[in-house]
Amino acid sequence: MAAAGINRDAAVERLRDRILEARGRRMSLDIRGGNTKAFYGETPRGEPLGLAELTGISSYEPSELVVTVRAGTPLIELEAVLAERGQCLAFEPPRFAPGGTVGGMVAAGLAGPARAAAGPLRDYVLGATILNGRGELLTFGGQVMKNVAGYDVSRLIAGSWGVLGVLCEVSLKVLASKVDSATLAFDWDERRALTEMARWNALPLPLSASAWHDGCLRVRLSGAAAAVRSACRKLGGTELDPGIARGWWKSVRDHDHPFFRPDEAALAGGECLWRISVPPATQVLEQAGFIGWGGAERWWRTNAPAHRIRSIAAAAQGHATLVRAADKSAGAFAPLGESLMRIHRALKSAFDPDRVFNAGRLYADL
Amino acid sequence: MTAISLPQEDGADAARQSARQAEVAEALSRVLPASALLVRREDTAPYECDGLTAFKAVPMAVVLPENETQLVAVLKVCHALGVPVIARGAGTGLSGGALPHRLGVTLSLAKFNRILKVDPLSCTAVVQCGVRNLAISEAAAPYGLYYAPDPSSQIACTIGGNVAENSGGVHCLKYGMTLHNVLKIRGFTAEGEPVEFGSEALDAPGIDLLAVVIGSEGMLAITTEVTVKLVPKPELARCMVASFPTIESAGSAVASVIARGIVPAGLELMDQRMTAVAEDYVHAGYDLSAAALLLCESDGTEEEVADEVAAMKRVLEESGASRIEVSQDEAQRLKFWSGRKNAFPASGGISPDYMCMDSTIPRKRLAEMLLAIQAMESKYQLQCVNVFHAGDGNLHPLILFDANDRDQFRRCELFGAEILEASLKLGGTVTGEHGVGVEKLNSMCVQFSAAELEQFVAVKRAFDPAGMLNPGKVIPTLARCAEYGKMHVHRGMMPFPELPRY
Repeated sequence: MAAAGINRDAAVERLRDRILEARGRRMSLDIRGGNTKAFYGETPRGEPLGLAELTGISSYEPSELVVTVRAGTPLIELEAVLAERGQCLAFEPPRFAPGGTVGGMVAAGLAGPARAAAGPLRDYVLGATILNGRGELLTFGGQVMKNVAGYDVSRLIAGSWGVLGVLCEVSLKVLASKVDSATLAFDWDERRALTEMARWNALPLPLSASAWHDGCLRVRLSGAAAAVRSACRKLGGTELDPGIARGWWKSVRDHDHPFFRPDEAALAGGECLWRISVPPATQVLEQAGFIGWGGAERWWRTNAPAHRIRSIAAAAQGHATLVRAADKSAGAFAPLGESLMRIHRALKSAFDPDRVFNAGRLYADL
Repeated sequence: MTAISLPQEDGADAARQSARQAEVAEALSRVLPASALLVRREDTAPYECDGLTAFKAVPMAVVLPENETQLVAVLKVCHALGVPVIARGAGTGLSGGALPHRLGVTLSLAKFNRILKVDPLSCTAVVQCGVRNLAISEAAAPYGLYYAPDPSSQIACTIGGNVAENSGGVHCLKYGMTLHNVLKIRGFTAEGEPVEFGSEALDAPGIDLLAVVIGSEGMLAITTEVTVKLVPKPELARCMVASFPTIESAGSAVASVIARGIVPAGLELMDQRMTAVAEDYVHAGYDLSAAALLLCESDGTEEEVADEVAAMKRVLEESGASRIEVSQDEAQRLKFWSGRKNAFPASGGISPDYMCMDSTIPRKRLAEMLLAIQAMESKYQLQCVNVFHAGDGNLHPLILFDANDRDQFRRCELFGAEILEASLKLGGTVTGEHGVGVEKLNSMCVQFSAAELEQFVAVKRAFDPAGMLNPGKVIPTLARCAEYGKMHVHRGMMPFPELPRY
């Protein structure tokens, strides 16, 4: 059953009409929130389907740790409302530019520096209401913490880049913001940093983020004041000024850090920004670049050919995403094996039989 | 417990089934050693039900492959002959997810029981699906690590079964359910093709299929190998037992703890009758005069625990706790938990049978729900003892009945269905961690619209086009819903009460 309200929302009715009309014309729609992630993934195609009319927080129960939001709601608006009650989205979704929406956040499924400690976005999705390719308004999951009624479709939607349906409303688990936080810096080379991060990951420490770049490992500890202080004493290093540390972690989260923004000239010259996702304890790979998520994310800027990067990632049991490049003909996302691709195609048909949504946004034939 | 008998077949039907069984057994015998194939009634009988003993069925055959080659061969044979395949771990599930199919093969994965790797560096373990939940933590213990989800059956239940049901446990409030603690699954499609979901990295390319395979009750793929996340064992854990004079004050204490931003390692509620039953069984020293007990656990570093225990104590006192006891050592902590962890067997000791419900509701409605259940007790003339994973609003009311008394069983079913529907009205869900299986098929009709159920069917077909894996579970047919809907509209009154019913 759809959540009270969303099924009577006139904006949803208009979206449904657009979907059915596009379906009739065999047209593809490009689902758009704030259009802040157009650079990520494959190039959007089709007629824009905006969600600007579908906004607002439908319900927020701080004591239940649940917020239900319409998909077109600006992410910064949601974060401000949560912050007023001392709560947050624990996975630190990136805000690549102002104007990003909650729907875009869920569709992309990306997470910031806290990911390794806090878990991925999908862990925080409790329920979702979508319009599928037949224009049916469907609700999966709910607003409670534990729910195994039926397949977990709301979490399937998270990170699916809009290829399965239009997200209309989502219920998210929120958490209390950590009381205290401290960032320690260590002037270590990449090898030493990776070794120590792996060692610390296995200890009961209040680690909330760790990243290495340019000869410096930064480690963030968050939690109860006493626990943070005690961990600082255990780890050593140099404690950064809290304001500077906050700014630095924000620059990593939102990709304001210059490493993530190669300029036009560099891109035109063939340089690419790669995100290589590997098991966190993976040792030094060919290049250093920027290491995040306690070793699980390796960001490289390189002119090396895609097949070479992808084979390095695969050899490390990981995968590589071509995030920023002038030419993405090698595919933005790592290609899938045949059995997984068959399931992907069949799932696409199950939700969107006439290929109305985000054609080619994730893989060419979805 | 008395089984609910399935419709009797007539003679011709029985003959057809027997011929079919011979055909399937013959095909399986070509790909399996004799010891891995059970077809005689006395050999297959132990598999006729899982932890939900009210539903029983005899499978055509039980297979126990010893390796992936045999497993693939079984899947290919079944697929070619159109035989349903029902995967089974330890058979401890509580919703009938592993109930055999009369025309199907039960696939026991008991022999896939090796721990392949424990990696303290990446904090992961790779285990075969038949490895017991607790065995993973035991193998990880030398490295100061453990596997967090701890269903009450953790001594016996397997990780493959946990994956199928997305199992929780008392610690999932802080550490998450199975979904939050599994990185990767290796398995096979219904056609016998190898497939991997997830990754040892923190994400995988494409749609997050792992999220939908976990909790799919063996209907999308057969899991053979699971990579789990291990977490550092906390330095310290302490448990508090708080007594409350009323159900309402206990319920609001739960909401207040969570509202204060505290995430306890466990937050459990037992009502007075449950407390008495548990106390009788384990002698934990519980306060029998309290209307409800809350068990609250804190874990972490010494500083974290000291902070959190003090904060929780404050909230519990403000909420009207009449007595609070904090564990002073590990032995006392385990004693506090012993009653809660034995709630089900203790209940089994005071009643011939019980039916365990599993809905989840918003925490702030806990007291309201308990009072509603009390009213249902008089309505259906059956007793109910209540034990809740209160911290995440997951209820386990245990309805006590005698299955030999057909009318009691009928009233018990109606009682259970009313609890589930009340949970939905309060904004909840019909199952929090036990799964739908066959038990909650009717309630799925109430929770989901026809279009939503159709979408589930389409998801199933995307993974398993021929519908061979565990058919008939989780998703009710629309015809079934139409029939249940009629009964539901009339609030327990059968339509056309003058007509005979079988």
